[in-house]
Amino acid sequence: MNVNSRYTLIAILVMGIVTFGIRLTPFILFGKNKTTPQYVVYIGNYLPPAVMAMLIIYCLRNINLYAFPFGIPEAIGIIIVAVLHIWKRNNLISIIGGTIVYMIGVQLIFV
Amino acid sequence: MKRAIKAAFPITIPVMLGYISVGMAFGLLFEKSGYNLLWAILMSIVVYAGSMQFIAINLLTGGAGFIEIALMTLFVNIRHLFYGLSFIDKFKDMGKKKTYMIYSLTDETYSLLCSSKAPEGINNNLFLFSISFLNQMYWVIGTIIGSVAGSLIKFNTKGIDFAMTALFVVIFIEQWSSYKTHIPVVIGISSTIISFLIFGSNNLILPSMILITITLMIFPKQIDKKDCEENEEDVSYEC
Repeated sequence: MNVNSRYTLIAILVMGIVTFGIRLTPFILFGKNKTTPQYVVYIGNYLPPAVMAMLIIYCLRNINLYAFPFGIPEAIGIIIVAVLHIWKRNNLISIIGGTIVYMIGVQLIFV
Repeated sequence: MKRAIKAAFPITIPVMLGYISVGMAFGLLFEKSGYNLLWAILMSIVVYAGSMQFIAINLLTGGAGFIEIALMTLFVNIRHLFYGLSFIDKFKDMGKKKTYMIYSLTDETYSLLCSSKAPEGINNNLFLFSISFLNQMYWVIGTIIGSVAGSLIKFNTKGIDFAMTALFVVIFIEQWSSYKTHIPVVIGISSTIISFLIFGSNNLILPSMILITITLMIFPKQIDKKDCEENEEDVSYEC
């Protein structure tokens, strides 16, 4: 694949600037002696779990439930990750374990 | 400086293990998506935000617009807005290092900075700086290993992108157990499914994020009430 250098460079800069901007904002806005607005605290508290749920669905958006393999490899992969993680609470084991099972699934079983 | 790094190193070991392995996964995925080592390093230095870098692979290969990229970054990283609140005082007299400290304030660095104090005889500012700096080194080193491994080892990589889904599932489970209320999760799922049904799989993100924000703003009482009684320590920013 050919990488569009100009596009990629600008995109990376955009992500970098927005990320730094977010991390910098409290130092500019809520300096000492100023209280954080209530709605900012509220959104910051409850947005992350909603966004994480969205991102998981986003990852799964191209599954076709009406054609083989009906999303079964993804379902198995996610169950493996969840079981491993609830059991061991080790990010690395959960991610690698689930991914290997998924890869075996799509490469050897559901082909 | 050397002594500060020596003192900081032991407490960064858990982050080292996590960052090198997740950094490797990122470097490997990025390489397999057609972006070489230099792009991977650039991303890990300029963006330096774990989950966002994985999303970025999707956005870049899909040719997403810059506004969509900016908004996605905003939503995925918005939680970082609160990390700084704990350090407004702590970073105050760090001079030139302050900019780096703010720039490198990731989830893991935040948690280490919150819980660590310099041992006797070590300058606390240098100590904190060493923690942040070491953590980013781990991330960049992991990225390099992953990217190089991806270009050297030829194997059937079909399905390797599931690592990103797995990462999000892991974060999801961690969040699930730290929140008393799961209404935001329900809002996230239903908003995304509604957007998916209306706008299709290619234009899913922006409408879902808007829908999530609006719905959260409509139900603050219901959501906050369930949480605030038992979860008060979440809202305090004192380290």
